[in-house]
Amino acid sequence: MSLSPYVPIAGMFILAIVFAVFSVAVAPLLGPRRYNRAKLEAYECGIEPSPQPVSGGRFPVKFYLTAMLFIIFDVEIIFLYPWAVSFDALGTFGFVEMLLFIATVFIAYAYVWRRGGLDWD
Amino acid sequence: MNPLAERTDWYADSLTAASEVEGFGRDPWWLIIGKILAIFLFLIVMTIFTIWYERRVVGRMQHRPGPNRAGPFGLLQSVADALKLAFKEDITVSAADRLVYFAAPIISVTAAFIGYSVIPFGPEVSIFGHRTALQLADVEVSVLVVLAASSMAVYGVVLAGWSSGSPYSLLGGLRSAAQMISYEVGLGLSIVAVFMTAGTLSTSEIVAAQEAGQPYQIGGFELTLPAWYAILLFPSFMIFLISMVGETNRAPFDLPEAESELVGGFHTEYSSLKFALFFLAEYIAMMTMSGILITLFLGGWRAPWPISLWDGANSGWWPLLWFTGKLLILLFVFIWLRGTLPRLRYDQFMHLGWKVILPISLAWIVVLGGIRAVNDSADSEYLWLTVVGLVSLVALLIYLLPRPKDVRPQLDPGAGGFPIPPLDLEVPPSPRAARLPAARQATRQAVSAGTADTASTGPKEG
Repeated sequence: MSLSPYVPIAGMFILAIVFAVFSVAVAPLLGPRRYNRAKLEAYECGIEPSPQPVSGGRFPVKFYLTAMLFIIFDVEIIFLYPWAVSFDALGTFGFVEMLLFIATVFIAYAYVWRRGGLDWD
Repeated sequence: MNPLAERTDWYADSLTAASEVEGFGRDPWWLIIGKILAIFLFLIVMTIFTIWYERRVVGRMQHRPGPNRAGPFGLLQSVADALKLAFKEDITVSAADRLVYFAAPIISVTAAFIGYSVIPFGPEVSIFGHRTALQLADVEVSVLVVLAASSMAVYGVVLAGWSSGSPYSLLGGLRSAAQMISYEVGLGLSIVAVFMTAGTLSTSEIVAAQEAGQPYQIGGFELTLPAWYAILLFPSFMIFLISMVGETNRAPFDLPEAESELVGGFHTEYSSLKFALFFLAEYIAMMTMSGILITLFLGGWRAPWPISLWDGANSGWWPLLWFTGKLLILLFVFIWLRGTLPRLRYDQFMHLGWKVILPISLAWIVVLGGIRAVNDSADSEYLWLTVVGLVSLVALLIYLLPRPKDVRPQLDPGAGGFPIPPLDLEVPPSPRAARLPAARQATRQAVSAGTADTASTGPKEG
């Protein structure tokens, strides 16, 4: 009998989910329940919690910028993997092509660096 | 035939080739379930052990014993803590987005478990008459499975921070997400060199590729170095080591849970078993990253040098021991870093990730590709790799050398527009100070003379 090589990974996934859901579900049953209004408020070192908008509110655009940069480089990495695996088969041609690709992404990187996109205060 | 067409043919061949790694995907169902349970138990037990291990080691580093009451050497302390956590009140804050709030720890812990399914623990052994490798699964893209799982962990963290409805959690979650994706770039780039050298993405094949030692001819006598990629691809190893600490949110990169700034970070509002799940996920992530580091750079389950002289070291069940030993050493490194280094500031941290690690790893990939493209024979290639490795080691040592520092920091008297007093200001001697000893002397004489009146008035007059 032969199973797809991904079946064990799926099995691990199922066991992990069952374990996690069980833990989350069983926690309220095991613990005590003592109602206290202050306990249900967000923790802010004892002061009245500042009201939070439901959607999380506004946050610095820097985080968004980091995410965009991450996508650029993650895509570059994903292109690098197959190239790295078949490096010997591709030869010098593949190497030069990849150099051009890395240089292209590097221009964007240098631009972002120059414009202060990588600076945090 | 032109070279491009040749390459297209080669690609077509590789696409039609089976997507299975030799020796995997033929386990019967009972063996798969057994392996899944074994890995699950291994991770749970190792997590419980690691928490104790960390507290003991950090305790030693801070000149205190650490937990030593529950069980022998305090070994049962984590079990006691876990049980206690389970019986604590499960609080759901009223501002929480309930569905996401409950889903976040589940996502975190599930993502953490999946990563371990492709890490090789040992070679083929016989279980109930069935030949099988000590590894749950291996596919052509095993390393990608680990990377994907660790990317999924970002969701757990950022959703936990977002859904808690608390500013501390939100900031912690955002920081975490920014940090994990920043260091994932370094992580992803550092292992390109491994794929280039091993020519595969399958974990078991990468371990196999590190099997044979490379004989060197240095000055007439032969020296066989282990083919561990940690030695061969030293810069990659260092980048991976740094990035994996950033990726797992551990000290000195534990900014998402910087206690002094963010209380607990993304898990501030979590309690009871939901908190325990985040804790579990963090420790499993540590072990997954250590496991993949062992697999990619430290020869996997193969015995280290002195033990490897023994013929039976790399067969049967022994490799489990070597793997666990390497794992414990790497976990010690994690704890060591925590016990030694202060936490980085956020801008320093992002600076390191984006402006140091990223360009260095890109440059290293280009250098390695150049070496491989220029050299046809393996011997000269290894020589070049050694040269690059030594150069980077020397550069690292020079960087780490203590530099002569300015003893007095150059202070800007304006300090950004705010006036600050000069720090070397000498306080002029008080005229009172000169008179005071004389007055005390007078008092003492007066006391010895027995006149209490002058004793109380003496200093006032002075």
